[in-house]
Amino acid sequence: MVIMEILEYDFMRRAFAVGLLLAVIIPCIGMIVVLKRLSMIGDALSHSSLAGVAAGLILGVNPILGAGAVCIAAALSIEIIRKKLPKYAEMSIAIVMSAGVGLAGVLSGFVKNAANFNSFLFGSIVAVSDFELRLVILVSCAVMAAFFLLYKELFYVALDERAARIAGVPVRGVNVVFTVLTAVTVSVASRTVGALIVSSMMVVPTACAMQFGKSYRHTVICSIAFAVAFTLLGLFVSYYARLKPGGTIVLIGAGCFLLILLAKKIASRKRVL
Amino acid sequence: MPDAIYANNLCFRYGDEPIFSQIGFSLCAGDFAGVIGANGAGKSTLLRLILGELSPTAGELRLFERDVRRFDAWSRIGYLSQNGLSSGANFPATAEEIVTANLFSEIGFLRFTKKAHREKARAALAQVGMEAYAGRMLGSLSDGQRQRVLLARVLVSEPELLLLDEPTNGVDAETVASLLLLLSRLNREKGLTIVMVTHDIARAAEYLSRIFCLEDGSMVELDKAQLLEELSHKPAGAASLRKGPENHGNHGNSGI
Repeated sequence: MVIMEILEYDFMRRAFAVGLLLAVIIPCIGMIVVLKRLSMIGDALSHSSLAGVAAGLILGVNPILGAGAVCIAAALSIEIIRKKLPKYAEMSIAIVMSAGVGLAGVLSGFVKNAANFNSFLFGSIVAVSDFELRLVILVSCAVMAAFFLLYKELFYVALDERAARIAGVPVRGVNVVFTVLTAVTVSVASRTVGALIVSSMMVVPTACAMQFGKSYRHTVICSIAFAVAFTLLGLFVSYYARLKPGGTIVLIGAGCFLLILLAKKIASRKRVL
Repeated sequence: MPDAIYANNLCFRYGDEPIFSQIGFSLCAGDFAGVIGANGAGKSTLLRLILGELSPTAGELRLFERDVRRFDAWSRIGYLSQNGLSSGANFPATAEEIVTANLFSEIGFLRFTKKAHREKARAALAQVGMEAYAGRMLGSLSDGQRQRVLLARVLVSEPELLLLDEPTNGVDAETVASLLLLLSRLNREKGLTIVMVTHDIARAAEYLSRIFCLEDGSMVELDKAQLLEELSHKPAGAASLRKGPENHGNHGNSGI
């Protein structure tokens, strides 16, 4: 009954559709990002995407398209800097993030509708337009297809880039495709769950899944299941408690992760006793 | 026997810092060579040159009779990195998944792993005595077991030349002995050419057919019998040498 009541509203049906699609694709990207030890890349891209949002609002272009363009440029810049400074890979993220935030800060001063710009900070999944819904569907299909087709290639590149290259994996091409997919995922997700929150959506379900995974495949499936559960629960809770959906989804995820860690610690103590 | 690796007047420098100057050596198919030298002598750099990751500043480096810059048959090479043990320790994958990954060239780009590939991965795990652990997560294995899995990952693609960067680092003495014995068996029975960078020459010497030392930018081949004699006079070396197997003398190599 409760479910039916929520789904009576068109904006909530859209929110569930968008939320579920993102809950499937964000962990697919997040899994590889975490395993490549680049957890902060989501933060860097989503913060940089704000520069694209501001540019889009100033130029009268859809902000998501602006965010997408800046995200792709930022992601490729990270990849280039990472290759130039392999021993300090994490520095590439900090450089791009600070440049992106700086640019967003400057451009935001020229945006006339500040409320519209601010909606990208924490997302507005319940205010998704037809165009944005179609964009999310398109990006989700592309990410799912790429993740499925490049499953073993992404696995090996995440495990050991050098060994993957020797084995014949086109490492550079795979990295470029993955970088672009990460950028477009972050840009569409920043509109819905929020630019400040999207990286948590990448990392938290993967972190939870890694506590249970019995294989790589199982860990991927678990991380998607966690993300779907967090999204569904987050949308319900935010609807009834009148909270921001993006923040609620992430807080539920973070809370769940802490509970899992706590439960594991208690279980290991019981085993010792 | 054709040369697996041939270097002539090979030079390499990092910026202004020379690492090698005019070194030369050749390894025949079937050699089990050890490369020793102090930290920073350029042992890992030599492997990176052989892998084509770095370009020689001058000189010639050939892999299977082909200039390394134009070499493209990388499936003939197996490589086990120095930090593989630590970097992959918490990777959420089973031993079988890890090993299957190296069957990429056999499976093909954008194609899917089939039952035959998984069976081949299990056979490679059996080769290193890890078949019973195929379904276990890498993180749940000991360092020695993980190193065996990583070795199986390299072996599954049936390389002709194996490059090992300090494979015995970070594993206990018992595992070192069994790994060296395993490598020696692979070299002897399958004719696998092996180049192993090692700091643990006291334990490894008796298994190797050739021993090279990198020092002050040059590379010299040591006399194995003389080295074993010298090591036998050192208490620590003598102790570790006595841990080796009894039957290891004949490697059947042609290039010594």
